[in-house]
Amino acid sequence: MIVADRKPIEEIIEEVKNHEKILILGCNECVTVCEAGGKKEVGVLASALRMYFLNQGREVKVDEKTLERQCDHEYLEEIRDVMDQYDAVVSLACGVGVQFMAEKYHECPIYPGVDTCFLGATEKRGLWTERCQACGQCILARTGGICPVSRCAKRILNGPCGGSAKGKCEINKEIDCAWELLKALDKLDDYEKIDSIKDWSTDRAGGPRKVVREDVQE
Amino acid sequence: MRLQYPPDIKIILVPCTGKVDVLHILHAFEKGADGVYAVGCMEGDCHYNSGNLRARKRVEQAQKILDTIGIGGERAQMYNLSSSEGPRFAQFAVEMEERIRKLGPNPIKLAKKKAA
Repeated sequence: MIVADRKPIEEIIEEVKNHEKILILGCNECVTVCEAGGKKEVGVLASALRMYFLNQGREVKVDEKTLERQCDHEYLEEIRDVMDQYDAVVSLACGVGVQFMAEKYHECPIYPGVDTCFLGATEKRGLWTERCQACGQCILARTGGICPVSRCAKRILNGPCGGSAKGKCEINKEIDCAWELLKALDKLDDYEKIDSIKDWSTDRAGGPRKVVREDVQE
Repeated sequence: MRLQYPPDIKIILVPCTGKVDVLHILHAFEKGADGVYAVGCMEGDCHYNSGNLRARKRVEQAQKILDTIGIGGERAQMYNLSSSEGPRFAQFAVEMEERIRKLGPNPIKLAKKKAA
């Protein structure tokens, strides 16, 4: 899933302080799971903003709504009828949702309420770690299910670098060396396999990407 | 025991302080409460293992938010006692009341009155 972290309330206040009618818009998907932008976080932020403005002696309308997703037309359409009631939206969706929202309702300023961080997994509640960099050409079949693109700081594709020590990466002692994890999995034979050069054009180096599926398009 | 404690404290029963969420605390302040405190079991003695520890973290979250928006984090507190400690319950109520009296009324309550 896409992992995001809450933005400091001060930062959000600074962005929206001159508005009078604000909608806090949550997303029921990834950001709900990582407890950054779901219905509850919408409630907390909205309550805090309402109190902040009241304390400043200002009457600002702060409403709450959480959509199933903000990265699909059909769900974003659900708020079309009410959008004219607001002069700003704080979207607690990931960067994708914020942008899609801004494209659809470009007449209304949309502010991000979370910092989108990475594609990751929930190791346990309150701990999310990166697992994928969406490089566009998955090599996990050849790396024992451990991704050197996302889990090796240098994105090295042929074994550990000289900085790996006692199974840990040189950039941070808490980070496992992706290649030494392979050793733990008893996949050392995989070290010997020589791979062809990875096609990085499917990664961000090739600019913004798209997936086109004409077979499912209408 | 017939213990005395300040009468202006409204008790809300919950099955465990682990039920108390940051949203409950914030909504209480939004509705005009001058202070909110959670009284849980002693740490390490939670019947549900970690309910009182969760409550403490949530109270701390609420404190941070209240500080940020200028209401004052001190208005939210977490206390712990065991179920047989009635006198401590009364003592916490007195302590909390004194704290709030020093801080004065919730500014939200005043702002709402002004706006009305």
